[in-house]
Amino acid sequence: MLKFTDDHEWLRVEGDVAVVGITNFAQNQLGDLVFVELPKVGAQVKKGDPAAVVESVKVASDVYAPIDGEIVEVNESIVKEPQIISSDPMGKGWFFKMKIGVPAQLEGLKNEAEYEALVASAH
Amino acid sequence: MSEALQDFKTDLKRTPLDGFHRRAGARMVPFAGYHMPLNYAGGIIAEHQHVRSAAGLFDISHMGQLTIRARSGDPLAACTALEALVPVDLRSLAVGRQRYALLTNERGGILDDLMVARMPDSLFAVVNASRKDADQKYLREKLSATCDIERHDDRALLALQGPLAAKALEEFAPGVSDLAFMDVRSMKILGRECIVARSGYTGEDGFEISVPAEIAELFAQKLAAKEEVKLIGLGARDSLRLEAGLCLYGSDIDESTTPVEASLSWAIQKSRRPDGERPGGFPGEREIFRELNEGSSRRRVGLCPDGRAPIRHGARLFESKTAQEPVGHVTSGCFGPTVNAPVAMGYVKREIPEGAIVFAELREKRIPTKLVPLPFVKPNYKRSQK
Repeated sequence: MLKFTDDHEWLRVEGDVAVVGITNFAQNQLGDLVFVELPKVGAQVKKGDPAAVVESVKVASDVYAPIDGEIVEVNESIVKEPQIISSDPMGKGWFFKMKIGVPAQLEGLKNEAEYEALVASAH
Repeated sequence: MSEALQDFKTDLKRTPLDGFHRRAGARMVPFAGYHMPLNYAGGIIAEHQHVRSAAGLFDISHMGQLTIRARSGDPLAACTALEALVPVDLRSLAVGRQRYALLTNERGGILDDLMVARMPDSLFAVVNASRKDADQKYLREKLSATCDIERHDDRALLALQGPLAAKALEEFAPGVSDLAFMDVRSMKILGRECIVARSGYTGEDGFEISVPAEIAELFAQKLAAKEEVKLIGLGARDSLRLEAGLCLYGSDIDESTTPVEASLSWAIQKSRRPDGERPGGFPGEREIFRELNEGSSRRRVGLCPDGRAPIRHGARLFESKTAQEPVGHVTSGCFGPTVNAPVAMGYVKREIPEGAIVFAELREKRIPTKLVPLPFVKPNYKRSQK
């Protein structure tokens, strides 16, 4: 199951864990990425908390936790090579995995068609 | 994630190259009241590298272009008049040369920074986009007794920057390679009268070219068609100028910073200093002379943070990881593609020496940050042999 936030994060549900990253639209808006800061494994985050930071040449942006939960794994390879996010934002460019705290929160997120409509309206 | 872009305002102005940028795939952003290209398809880092290694074409038509002409017909009278507003020697500026200048206020703060060129019969000034309305009004108010101020909204301004800029421009402006850094000439380009200055805002050799708006697109197309020339947006313009240690008005300097604080004392020639031929006689003279003599309480410096995270405009600087009172702040910061590390500049208290480590506040952390001399990248200007 793939879900999206209004803030351009994506979330893929794999059992009781969600993989989180930023969308192609988001990485495209940011441009060349130069720095990523990830949360600590074990951190408890609430929906809407800034959980990670991504910086381009020009600007720093927060990546928000899309739901409540515990960070169980982070993708160190994007810290070494932030360009991975640009080349494969929905795959190898994932940011962190979190244990889903409140499954009901998933229902408040957008599906792919709804997200595509949001992006289209932003143009 | 947070949205980096603001919504477009509909009242933004467009440069004569607006359509050209859009067709070239530019990402347009609002800047200083204009739709401007932030970057093109290749992205900011590739554009930045291209300017350092070849030649890049920038649209800077948002900037203000002004002619200051003495009604007496004596070109030196315009120099004398403008000297009353800047701590800069303009009377000794030779015809065909330009100089960096600062409009100061009564407290010694900086109203704008500008390039002033001495043309055969007048002065030609390029001022910041965000200040051009205010500058025009101010100059008219202050100089109306002796001078006419004309603003050239009918002209575009292009910058061609990089080690291959002269080679690329030579085809359209034969002889342009003979200009030295800070030389200015009227030259025919595509059959029209243009003003070419060998200067820029990147730390590289290059030119700024004032052209009639009607030929701007054709000229830009012809330049961009050359193999060594790529289009460059404002994003790379900012990282290039920051690596070159050059100030951005509104970020690094403004009405609350003096030339001495901003480490721009070099722009005040000897003739305008207390022991010079024409000492003072500009707004803020008292404060600026006091600071030239005693030093200012803070100064602009280069900043190199540890690690890969850029420190940005507004970040506070502390003497230690725990100190409560800041000792300075960052005024510009980004990732420097040529340096391949974050670069920044900002103001610190005068007591803190070059080489010292301060701590920059970044997301509840404090990043060790070294005070370094500017620029970060050695300039590559074509200085005159004289």
